[in-house]
Amino acid sequence: MNRSLLAPPLTSSLDTHSEQFAQNCADMLEQLHIHDVLLDKAAEGGGEKPMARHRSRGKLPIRERIATVIDPDTPFLEITPLAGYGSQYALGGGMVCGIGIIAGTECVIMGNDPTVAAGALTPYASKKWMRALEIARDNRMPYVSFVESAGGDLRPGGGGAKKSESGDDHGAVGSAVVPAHFAETGRFFYEMTELSKLRIPTVCVVFGSSTAGGAYQPGMSDYNIFIKEQSFAFLAGPPLVKMATGEIADSETIGGAQKHAEVTGLAEYLAEDEMDALRLCREVVSHLNWRKPDAAPTLQSDEPVEDPEELLGLVSRDLRQPVDIRDVISRVVDGSRFEEFKPRYGTTIVCGWAAIHGYPVGVLGNNGVLYPDSSQKAAHFIQLCNKLDIPLVFFQNITGFMVGTDFESDGIIKKGSQMINAVTNSLVPHLTVTIGSSYGAGTYGMSGRAFGNRFTFTWPTAKIAVMGPKQIAGVMSEVRRGQAARKGEEFDEAADAALVAAHEAAHDKGSLALRATGAIADDGILDPRDTRTVLGLCLSVVRNRPIEGAREYGVFRL
Amino acid sequence: MSPPISASISCVLVANRGEIARRVFRTARAMGMRTVAVFVEADRDAPFVEEADVAVRLPDSYLDGEAVIAAAMLAGAHAIHPGYGFLSENAGFARAVVDSGLTWIGPSPDVIESMGDKIAAKRVAVDAGVPTLPSSEDPSDDGKVGYPLLVKASAGGGGKGMRIVQSADELIESVAAAQREALSGFGDDRVFLERYVARSRHVEIQILGDGHGNVVHLGERECSIQRRHQKIIEESPSPIVDPELRAAMGDAALALARAMGYQSAGTVEFLVDDDTREFFFLEVNTRLQVEHPVTEEVTGVDLVREQLRVAAGEPLGYDQSAISWTGHAIEARLYAEDPANDFLPATGTLAAFMPAVEPAVRWDSGVVEGSVIGVDFDPMIAKVVAHGPTRTDAAGRLALALERLHLGGVTTNRDFLAATLRTPEFLAGDTTTDFIERVSPGGDGAAPDSMPCAAVIAAMWVQGANRAADDVWGFAPSNWRNGGLPSERILLGYPGVDEAVTVAYRSRRDGTFMLDSGESVTIHRWSTADIDIEIDRCRCTAAVTRSGDTIHVQSGSTTVSMHIDPRFVIPGTELPPGGLIAPMPGVVLDVRCAPGDTVVAGQVLVVLEAMKMEHHISAPVAGTVTDVPIAIGEQLENGALLLTIDDGSEDV
Repeated sequence: MNRSLLAPPLTSSLDTHSEQFAQNCADMLEQLHIHDVLLDKAAEGGGEKPMARHRSRGKLPIRERIATVIDPDTPFLEITPLAGYGSQYALGGGMVCGIGIIAGTECVIMGNDPTVAAGALTPYASKKWMRALEIARDNRMPYVSFVESAGGDLRPGGGGAKKSESGDDHGAVGSAVVPAHFAETGRFFYEMTELSKLRIPTVCVVFGSSTAGGAYQPGMSDYNIFIKEQSFAFLAGPPLVKMATGEIADSETIGGAQKHAEVTGLAEYLAEDEMDALRLCREVVSHLNWRKPDAAPTLQSDEPVEDPEELLGLVSRDLRQPVDIRDVISRVVDGSRFEEFKPRYGTTIVCGWAAIHGYPVGVLGNNGVLYPDSSQKAAHFIQLCNKLDIPLVFFQNITGFMVGTDFESDGIIKKGSQMINAVTNSLVPHLTVTIGSSYGAGTYGMSGRAFGNRFTFTWPTAKIAVMGPKQIAGVMSEVRRGQAARKGEEFDEAADAALVAAHEAAHDKGSLALRATGAIADDGILDPRDTRTVLGLCLSVVRNRPIEGAREYGVFRL
Repeated sequence: MSPPISASISCVLVANRGEIARRVFRTARAMGMRTVAVFVEADRDAPFVEEADVAVRLPDSYLDGEAVIAAAMLAGAHAIHPGYGFLSENAGFARAVVDSGLTWIGPSPDVIESMGDKIAAKRVAVDAGVPTLPSSEDPSDDGKVGYPLLVKASAGGGGKGMRIVQSADELIESVAAAQREALSGFGDDRVFLERYVARSRHVEIQILGDGHGNVVHLGERECSIQRRHQKIIEESPSPIVDPELRAAMGDAALALARAMGYQSAGTVEFLVDDDTREFFFLEVNTRLQVEHPVTEEVTGVDLVREQLRVAAGEPLGYDQSAISWTGHAIEARLYAEDPANDFLPATGTLAAFMPAVEPAVRWDSGVVEGSVIGVDFDPMIAKVVAHGPTRTDAAGRLALALERLHLGGVTTNRDFLAATLRTPEFLAGDTTTDFIERVSPGGDGAAPDSMPCAAVIAAMWVQGANRAADDVWGFAPSNWRNGGLPSERILLGYPGVDEAVTVAYRSRRDGTFMLDSGESVTIHRWSTADIDIEIDRCRCTAAVTRSGDTIHVQSGSTTVSMHIDPRFVIPGTELPPGGLIAPMPGVVLDVRCAPGDTVVAGQVLVVLEAMKMEHHISAPVAGTVTDVPIAIGEQLENGALLLTIDDGSEDV
């Protein structure tokens, strides 16, 4: 019998009959609908024709390969399914990545989609691949790759680019993923090799051609499964061999599956066909003897008392409308039980203890701007959770640290930095969900993507940027006005107003959750109602590695 | 001579197994007696062994009378009940029991002896003025008997060594075959000829006698519905017996009983001509009959209790006028056998066996879920007995009980029995011994109508089992996705249906499922034993059992057994194309082909022996035999590969 948290359930004063709530729900459902349409689009891979051609060769699409390899009826947590959104590249980046259960073992599964530019590596695929490797490394999970890739994209202009998948987004401001210089590439091979060194098993199934760079994927894996007359691996295929040496040879002779199983030893397992390869993959994972330290939930697990459906109506399209973060917490945590830490102090941040699916968590959520006192409270709470080895969940809805003379006098820089120091050096797993705004240094303080989170998810309503679009446009207008004044020019109010509107629109678009997810700046967009499930899955995943809180921090500037 | 009487029996041994051992124990225990079972190795785990106060292992066989008597001595039993079959009609054994100072529960050894020889029994009947069928002890004297005639084993019973002969040119071969079977079955190859009445009914009178000269009859049972000359449905009263005929047959039976000085329970069998209502004496069974429960149900008399009382020397204490009949009772014998394959015995593990709570019927059964139905003994699974105010009530109730039985793992005659009980012919009382050939109830062996629904139930149950088994992410919703993966799918195969049925589904946020075929499914409750499921507004609770890759779903009208197609197949383990498999476990008697032989469709290639019967396996197609991995004398499991034939159609 698991122990129970003794804290009482939170009570919610949310008015679910208000017009605002109904409007919020409608807006959220509309956003979710757009998201679903995009997910369907991403699942189409390279589209109907390439998919049909792929199938006609007796091959399974990558998503079927994954659905087949995981244990039946188990969930699959896909990571950035909408990578590449807003770019000229295919939605999903020509790669599927996620976490699934194979033979009872949580694994990172990464697979090329050969229907998208023959599985060639786009900048998005590279970034997604690196993220997959990072998840395997940080959480200590077996890494399974389904390789079928033409290798680096050799076409001019960075290659796989075709017409935009979501055309109207070109004007938006966002951090597009640009192709790296070749000199900087290849880190994934380093990472794969290091996984092996770290005793994290790497299993590679070669489903087709694995050429040049691609050949190092089996080269750097612990276990390789090749498919008879279907898998090939070589540094150079027939065309390049002919170019380089004049030798004329076919693929099978240069690097066919049978050759690798019998002659080169690159393949440990020779599969009869794709299904057999997937069977062998499961067989290999089943022998990995994978054990999770402290895997079992330790606390009583029950559904929240407050209805998670109501999460749909909490956040307004207009992010200036306040959200009581306790209304989120009470709809996510077990039994809605929440033991709040310092509820009367630094009230713009809510901290406290709860459980999600029986896993203990420390929760931090914003109820307004970060003040000096709320920053210190958060820094204190993060240290406590590190002493207790309790993972942290951050619910971000933050416009930043408070500005102005009084707050500067109170040491907002110093105290905000204490919080960032605590967040940075905290060693318990961090799971971050951005529900509304995530602006400026507030993003950092609330464990933004760059702060070593194990997982970062975003609600469709979220906006992530250096500051709000209105503020950015306004600041730029002020700068222009200053410049005009310095030069003694007349300020064209009408032109400026148009510019402000254009900037605001562009930045608004650029800060959208979809843009963040498109740039692989998060792990994906969450339906708010899935928050509890996804956090539960992540809390299970992070337990593949022992949870040990920080023993030391950077110098706290006091 | 009457057997010695012991004043009381406080401990009884049943020299039998299975349902009848349990049946006798039940009454014995109710009368305050301790119970002793005997068992052989093959029955080590049988329920009757566990239920007895003491169980004694027999060295080899239930036919080893000496060992049975020794067991009784060892366990301190005072009396031996022989059940039916085995030693029940063995006069020598009965005598040995009596000579050992134990009480024999049954008629005297002399009566057993005289009635055991059918020819001698017939003579007694003729002397007592009971009508008999024309017959001849000389197997060549067909003129005296006339055609069609029946060749029967003198020492036989239960259909073994029995042959119908339509004309003189079949006679010699049939006599020879019957003699062979009689010899192997009873160790006595004597046979006789008897007139065969085609549209006849098998009607028998239950008699009961005590050691004080009292005899009563408990009315008739009709046992006309037979396959392979063995009864499968029995009832009381008979639909064709009116009070006058009952009185006439009862009087004839009592005359015979008195002539024999009969005590204990016994049965006088008659053949009734369906057209003329004439009745002819067939034989006396000097034991408790398999079908005795129908008499118990309509008379309220516990026949085993009466046997035990009489054996203890008590008088019956009532006369014929005290016997009355209420309502109608029907018994169906549930067998492990394949009606679609000439009722050949089937074997296997009873993966599922759970009668429904309602309708309330009597289940006399020797097995439980998990029991193995093997080749060692008669493959009867249970006797199911329904009692109702009318014959129609009883038939309906029995059919429903059979339909609602959750049963899987072994091929049975359940659907056949239920279909029989629901035919207009049965309900009209038109139940002659040729019923099955004439009516062929539910005979085409096609997959049941409820198949697609059963497949959905099976798929959803397996889904629940998979979730329950997930000790990593068990808390998360089934099949949860945040991206577009294809639907979850499961392939279910039915015996006799070539193409597996695919059930593909996705879970929805509210916990319900959407099938790719369009139906909406809600699982209200899931357990390891059943599922409460709603498929497009239609809700039911179905018992479900999984055993390996087979899943059994009780659909309300039968149990649909499906094969779960494994997602992955280990290469090289598939049945080779053109492979022929053993339809039942058995010993290879003969192999009539060799690799390289060209065979024609229908040609007998292998002969198996199972249940003391020969089974011919013939070529389903013409072609060339490519492999014969079996040898004469080899014991084969059900489904074992016999040989492969290349019919030239497939590029292997």
